[in-house]
Amino acid sequence: MKRRKFIERSLVMLAQFGVMGGIFRRAKAELKDYDPSKHYYGMGIQINKCIGCGKCVEACKAENGVPKEPFFFRTWVERYVIKKDNGVTVQSIDPRIERSYEAFAEKDILRSFFVPKLCNQCENPPCVQVCPVGATFKTADGVILVDADRCIGCRYCIQACPYGARYLNPETETADKCTFCYHRITKGLLPACVEVCPTQARIFGDVKSNASPLARFKRMNKIHVLKPSLNTEPKVTYSDLDGEVR
Amino acid sequence: MKNFFQRFPDSLIRIGAVFLLFVSAILFVRFIIPSSLKNEEEHVKATIERETSRSVRYAGSDVCADCHEEYNVKKLGYHRNLSCETCHGPAKEHSENPTETKPVVPKKREACSLCHTYNPSRPTGFPQINPVVHNPLKPCVTCHNPHDPKPPRVPQECQACHAEIARTKAVSPHVQLECTTCHTVPQQHKVIPREVKASIPGDRTFCGKCHSKDSPAKETPKVDISTHGEKYLCWQCHYPHMPEVE
Amino acid sequence: MNPATASLYELLKQVTGYIYPNEIEVHWGILVVVYPYLTGLVAGAFILASLVKVFNVKELQPVYRLSLLTALAFIIIAPLPLLLHLGHPERSYEIFLTPNFTSAMAMFGFVYAWYLMVVLLLEIWFTYRRDIIIWSQGEKSVMRWIHKVISLFSTDTSEKSVEFDKKAVKAITIIGIPSAFLLHGYVGFIFGSIKANPWWSSVLMPIVFLFSAIVSGIALVILLYMILTPLRGEKISIGCLDKMASYLFYAVIVDFSLELLDFIHRLYESEESIKILSELVMNRLFISLGVIQVMLGMLLPLGVMICIKLFRFDEELRKLLYFVSVILIQLGIFATRWNVVIGGQMFSKSFRGLTAYKMELTGFEGFFMTLVLLILPFIVLSILIKILPPWDRSVERSLGERIA
Repeated sequence: MKRRKFIERSLVMLAQFGVMGGIFRRAKAELKDYDPSKHYYGMGIQINKCIGCGKCVEACKAENGVPKEPFFFRTWVERYVIKKDNGVTVQSIDPRIERSYEAFAEKDILRSFFVPKLCNQCENPPCVQVCPVGATFKTADGVILVDADRCIGCRYCIQACPYGARYLNPETETADKCTFCYHRITKGLLPACVEVCPTQARIFGDVKSNASPLARFKRMNKIHVLKPSLNTEPKVTYSDLDGEVR
Repeated sequence: MKNFFQRFPDSLIRIGAVFLLFVSAILFVRFIIPSSLKNEEEHVKATIERETSRSVRYAGSDVCADCHEEYNVKKLGYHRNLSCETCHGPAKEHSENPTETKPVVPKKREACSLCHTYNPSRPTGFPQINPVVHNPLKPCVTCHNPHDPKPPRVPQECQACHAEIARTKAVSPHVQLECTTCHTVPQQHKVIPREVKASIPGDRTFCGKCHSKDSPAKETPKVDISTHGEKYLCWQCHYPHMPEVE
Repeated sequence: MNPATASLYELLKQVTGYIYPNEIEVHWGILVVVYPYLTGLVAGAFILASLVKVFNVKELQPVYRLSLLTALAFIIIAPLPLLLHLGHPERSYEIFLTPNFTSAMAMFGFVYAWYLMVVLLLEIWFTYRRDIIIWSQGEKSVMRWIHKVISLFSTDTSEKSVEFDKKAVKAITIIGIPSAFLLHGYVGFIFGSIKANPWWSSVLMPIVFLFSAIVSGIALVILLYMILTPLRGEKISIGCLDKMASYLFYAVIVDFSLELLDFIHRLYESEESIKILSELVMNRLFISLGVIQVMLGMLLPLGVMICIKLFRFDEELRKLLYFVSVILIQLGIFATRWNVVIGGQMFSKSFRGLTAYKMELTGFEGFFMTLVLLILPFIVLSILIKILPPWDRSVERSLGERIA
């Protein structure tokens, strides 16, 4: 009798330990000891590697619950076709809406390429400057976030963003934008767009780090940012950026 | 005290009283509002917490390796840098609940042609085909293993090492030319490739064999090589593996 | 899918060139056009009133109180369109809880409160105080109490107190003029400080806003004066009218020069954005800018007023011409606001394409709401006129009798 009870108790205790251990492990895996002051995030984009497949756009919408309609994007891919008569045609590639890319006669094309775009997570973000209620702000690790509980939906930030990176989420009626997948990067994962990019056109990392793919990207390439004259100091940098890209 | 008030006109005192009433009302309202509503730092913390606690949908490639052997095949092939979820879609749920939810297994041609259809905007050297003429209606997987994609034929000699050039040439007007048409390759080159090199054409007359005005070759673009770009070698302007001229 | 999103598919067909995919929607619609229009009228009407007190322009005395009440009526309604266009109007109090001091928009509450409380209400109170006391003495029930409360139960009508009121009004006006400049200059700054938008980003923007505000405010008071005076069976004072028209004329000239300067400056510098802006002006804004704002709203009235100055038209013809001119000017200034607000959002920040704006009929951002918001200030004004009649001479008459 005693023995049976002992075994019973041990089993229960064991089970309890197991559950607790599980919880502990899970908690450790999810929260970790994330210290935002130890990071400062940026992204490098190699235009010469982008094949314009649109996987990043798809993954971003799936990961972040971005409305499916083609008017709301946290990231998108532009296709530039510069023709020999110097005419420039730009399209936003949406693999779900229009799989066919506009066709050009090969002999008319001077050069052509794809450019992925997203929130530049500016060092001097104009959107943060203009928000009347302080509902958008820069975190210690350099990401611009929106407080959807306090955003009043005045859309001043959308007007102030030079890159068209913000949209008004039709479900919440608040401003929304790329967060570098903040919920992923704080767990040590890559942003969804970087994760799925088949050609590593996007390189995510810590701008402070000296030994990382991002550091290598900056060492090996001539890099540039979008609209440098506006002094927003983007943390999204491009290599092989063509002058026609705006 | 009374004297003090009498020094001011009656109207000013009345306005002053109303003004004081207003100011104290505003101060009172500000005072009774809980500090949590006014505290910017707490709002920032709450937003960061909300952002970080959002659910992850893309698990990241490392997770797949735990169960799936295909991972080991993939990591040696051309698709080694491709994340599993690029083709199979978000799989976080599947990784937590392997039996209940299954990620997609793309089998249609469109899944491959999304990246591999020829598009002039894609970087040269990226493997591309024309899906209309490339074994139409046949699923890609009949010839190619997506986890270890290779051309089904044994690679021709040059292509084995000079794959990028071969691929570029494959979509160029020079596709019909054998490598040996322009390069003479000593047997030794295949053994010690860096010491013994294949020849490269030396002067303009070489290209002129097909492209000069008086060349007997048919259906090649012809120029008068005595006047056309006279002080340059042909390949200073035209990349022979992808001669981009109409 | 919500209907607002569904309507974007319609707009997609009207896009020309390339726009960033998030740019299809014109985020600041007709309500944000109405907002600077109403605020402009406030600032303009107040500045007209200030001319009487600060520069002692005697001819304008008949419209002094009317312009003050007009400014008050319009400033009460002015924040309404701003509030209604918000995605979350119920959260607007956040602007007072956690104002972001680098945001021009966050300062709205403070500039507005300062202007309404410290300037307008105070000036009106000191102007009317003695009259209210006297009115309340000869009244019954409701009106009596309204007036008593408004006068803050003050009873002092002595010479000394009236003398103090006058001094107070003068002091407030002196603070008031820069405040009125601040109020509308600030609205211009909201747009002028957006470096991402070359159509808005201009140091001249606050000044252009200010002068167009003065133009629209004076024009509105002229219109009200010309309509209300005959309604009361009185005669329009042509001296007052000529004087107001004269100020309007100068204001239009300054406004026109500033806008011309802005235009020439942009054209001469020909920055990166010049191509898309020319396209914007030639295609999307041709009617509202070229025809309504410049031709009908500025050049035509300017020509008319030059003619009035040059040739000695008789009184009746002058009145008719003034009347037509001020209506045209109102139309022109509304078009100005439209061209700034809507025009600034119709071109892509990629400078490669144009989107379109389609006003709805119903709904918060619709045509009917706009009409309501434009009519509301006049309803408020009529109530204010009931409570604080701007032309009641009974007090002077009774005082005159007393002296006699």
